[in-house]
Amino acid sequence: MKKRKGLHLIAYLLGVAMLLTAFTFCGKQAEKKLEIFSWWTAGGEAEGLAEMFKIYSNENPGIEIVNATVAGGAGENAKAVLASRMQGGNPPDSFQVHAGHELIDSWVAAGKMEPIDFIFSNIMESYPKGVIDIISSKGHIYSVPVNIHRANVLWYNKKLFKKYGLKAPDSLDEFFTVAQKLKAKGVTPLALGDKGIWSSVQLLETVLIAKLGANGYKGLWTGDTAWDSAGVKDAIKTFIKILGYANNNHNALEWDGAAQLVIDGKCAMTVMGDWAEGYFKAKNLTPDVDFGWAPSPGTKGTFDALSDTFGLPIGAPHRANAVKWLMVCASKEGQDAFNPKKGSIPSRIDGDKSLYDVYLQSAMADFSANDIVPSLAHGAAASPSWLTMISDAVTLLVTEKNADKADASFVDAAKKSLKM
Amino acid sequence: MFHFKKESRIAFLSLLPTVIAVFIFVYGFILWTLRVSFSDWIGVMPNYTFAGFSNYSDIFKSERFQIDLWNTLFFTILFLFTCVIGGLLLAIFLDRKLRGGSIFRNIFLFPMAVSFVVTGVAWRWIFNPGMPGSLNGINQLLSNIGLSCLTWGWFTQSNHFMNFHVALISLIIAAAWQLTGYTMAMYLAGLTAIPVEMKEAARMDGASEFQMYRNVILPMLQPITLSVLIILVHISLKIFDLVYTMTGPGPGFATDVPGINMFETTFGGNRYGEGAAISIVMFILVAVVIIPYLINTMKRENI
Amino acid sequence: MKTVDVYKKQKIFSRTILYIVLICVSAFFLMPIYVLLVTSLKSFKDVDLATMWSLPKSLNLGSFLAALEKLSPNLLNSFYLTIPATIISAFIGSINGYLLSKWKFSGSMVLFPLILFGMFIPYQSILIPLVQFLSLIHLYGTLYGLILTHIVYGLPITTLIFRNYFAEVPSELIEASMLDGCSIFSTFFRIFLPVSIPGFVVVIIWQFTNIWNEFLFAVTITSDPSLQPITVALRNLAGSQIVEWNVQMAGALLAALPTLIIYIILGRFFIQGLLAGSVKA
Repeated sequence: MKKRKGLHLIAYLLGVAMLLTAFTFCGKQAEKKLEIFSWWTAGGEAEGLAEMFKIYSNENPGIEIVNATVAGGAGENAKAVLASRMQGGNPPDSFQVHAGHELIDSWVAAGKMEPIDFIFSNIMESYPKGVIDIISSKGHIYSVPVNIHRANVLWYNKKLFKKYGLKAPDSLDEFFTVAQKLKAKGVTPLALGDKGIWSSVQLLETVLIAKLGANGYKGLWTGDTAWDSAGVKDAIKTFIKILGYANNNHNALEWDGAAQLVIDGKCAMTVMGDWAEGYFKAKNLTPDVDFGWAPSPGTKGTFDALSDTFGLPIGAPHRANAVKWLMVCASKEGQDAFNPKKGSIPSRIDGDKSLYDVYLQSAMADFSANDIVPSLAHGAAASPSWLTMISDAVTLLVTEKNADKADASFVDAAKKSLKM
Repeated sequence: MFHFKKESRIAFLSLLPTVIAVFIFVYGFILWTLRVSFSDWIGVMPNYTFAGFSNYSDIFKSERFQIDLWNTLFFTILFLFTCVIGGLLLAIFLDRKLRGGSIFRNIFLFPMAVSFVVTGVAWRWIFNPGMPGSLNGINQLLSNIGLSCLTWGWFTQSNHFMNFHVALISLIIAAAWQLTGYTMAMYLAGLTAIPVEMKEAARMDGASEFQMYRNVILPMLQPITLSVLIILVHISLKIFDLVYTMTGPGPGFATDVPGINMFETTFGGNRYGEGAAISIVMFILVAVVIIPYLINTMKRENI
Repeated sequence: MKTVDVYKKQKIFSRTILYIVLICVSAFFLMPIYVLLVTSLKSFKDVDLATMWSLPKSLNLGSFLAALEKLSPNLLNSFYLTIPATIISAFIGSINGYLLSKWKFSGSMVLFPLILFGMFIPYQSILIPLVQFLSLIHLYGTLYGLILTHIVYGLPITTLIFRNYFAEVPSELIEASMLDGCSIFSTFFRIFLPVSIPGFVVVIIWQFTNIWNEFLFAVTITSDPSLQPITVALRNLAGSQIVEWNVQMAGALLAALPTLIIYIILGRFFIQGLLAGSVKA
């Protein structure tokens, strides 16, 4: 008997505790706050974010900015925390998310995001159409891109190239010629660090762009280009051929280990996004003197873009404040405050070039003029489920070098993903 | 045993919270996972549209899962073999009055107190192969003592012979390091329980040490061997922490196991339906081993 | 007939071989600890995969301090997680073990294996509904959710250990107590609980070790790094881009320290837990 009464008491107390907690949550809504959720916890990104917060506070005094960050590399932890909050009906006012299908196929498809066309109503001309395409779904825009990174860049050890009288290859054929010459001199032509496989997926996407062209590549993600077309098969075979010129221990290295091989002169080139420049500069190398860059072989004229963006979740606790935040993100001022610190370029074409270093300036020039395509490896072109299916196929492609099997897997992945 | 009616009812009711918890969190959840495995759930929001067996056919057709199953098979067999033989031998060695015997015993057993994550971190460092010309870890050690022919890529090696991915050897060694002490402790307890008179009688009959072990002692250790095998098999079938920390899926999925596949598929690729199917397969593999064992043990207890 | 001397020599010879073998095996078992220690005591400049086997040039506690700084919140999280979960699951397990070993009622022989099965299942097979359920009751992403999880999934093993333990306690004690007019529960509190101290020690050590070392639940349920237990934080540290080997190894040692200390001091009970954990024939 006593035991039962005890249980009743406990249940009663628990109930009261839960009610109290619910009340305290409701109470907090009315405050003047803005909660921004990201994984920018350190380095240039965190500094850039702080700069944007400053601009926001100047324009909107009296609002407390809550910088909700979740540490962890490429945001895996943050994405998990975000997922639980969104599913639990407790969204932040705005959150960082990669542009493109990573957002579209998850939160937009689930009906959890508000369209934000109105933010762009006066500033559309400042954005290249290619970028607008990436951040839109069914005619509406869903997030504001703060920065742009380029994935199809070939970095090379300029001193080595000078020594052997080589120039940066323009096309894939030139790449192989240069590679042969380097191999003859005992230098491994290409440095690759594909632990976790995404670097190889990125390399493959640059070859796909080279073989299919910008429109052909874009068509892969809409069903307009068949994955078993000749261009794709050719790209896969070329990818295998490129692997033959790469370092043997690539599965044990990450991208920075590969960059280090280039710095040390053991390898001459590496295909990596433009955050590699930050790594080279951190090792005290001078752009255009110690290292050079070019669009990855065969992709001149195409800009393979990835971007960090902020969106507007439905039910954002402080919607008006969130909208103002998005306007800062979309403004020239905001982007020019963030990007020089991060080492990326603005998504607007009217950025102040004087704030950026020589590589970033060339990137900005390309960005305004080139065809812009969404990156596969970084969530813009395909949903996470499609990307992981492709990544699994690439994992096997890299070790087995079986082009037909890989192509069949890609076809299968596309079929499953496009019917969704 | 008591059969007071009132007390029996109280006993039952007091067990009820645990029973309810287990029924929800174990059986209920497994049934729910089963439901998800038959659903079309891809993406962040749940979607329970019935999809038949398509998830199961997808995973069994996928090369990654097939490799996982082969890896599990080879890992389990070699891991079990190493732990049982190693543990048995160590127990035999230590089952005598040895000075410092308890020190040795503690050394062999302490890895069990440590997390698989710690084991993974340490052994990943040790098995890091380095590059020819600048060897690392155990390769360095081997080459220093003149055995450089034995150096190889350890967990970065992607070859396989007849579906046996050699990279698994690194995992097997690390896992055996962790759990051989357990087997040893079990066998030691068993050996100590063997009455001295039996050994004396065997010796009097003229049996050699070897014969004594083979014909008297080993048969008496069978129940322990069975118990140890069951425990080790179920650990091996669901292994995740060690692999996730030490090697990840590995080049060409050389060290991939269903546990990792399920985790990445579900939480990385948002393919909940497939992830659920993988975990149901894992469950069935474990159940096939455990259920007969439990039934058997319960039957024997009721005699 | 061999002389006593020859027997003695044979014995010394075989003993020596035995010792040599045991020492070699010990070297294998101690090798990772050696590597962890040696690397943690080096400074960042000296740490290199190329010199991993050599002793540190000078003893440098900097890595431990750095690891402590990075991981101390996670160490605390592990304590916040492990202590309540251990105590609660042990206590409930003791009641269950008592009831199942001494009080027969219809179905008790079926209930026990049904409960026991819970300790063998691969946790991947309940992970998805667990996440959904915890989200539903707003405990997903919190340490409370993780504690609840460990309590529930720890019940089978604690019940098992206590059931086997109490089976050894003579039933006459209950008879006497009941004749004195005690109820089922006052018998437990007055008679069984006091003699169950060794059982509690075994269960507490076992649960503490397992919950402290656990990874899958921890990495799935707590995604916010400030709430993660030390196993997850260690793994994240080890997987991070800038690989500071010395801090990683120091971190690994820190993560292993509590359970190792328990093992060193109370190793006897640890072994008993191992033996009790196997379903006795």
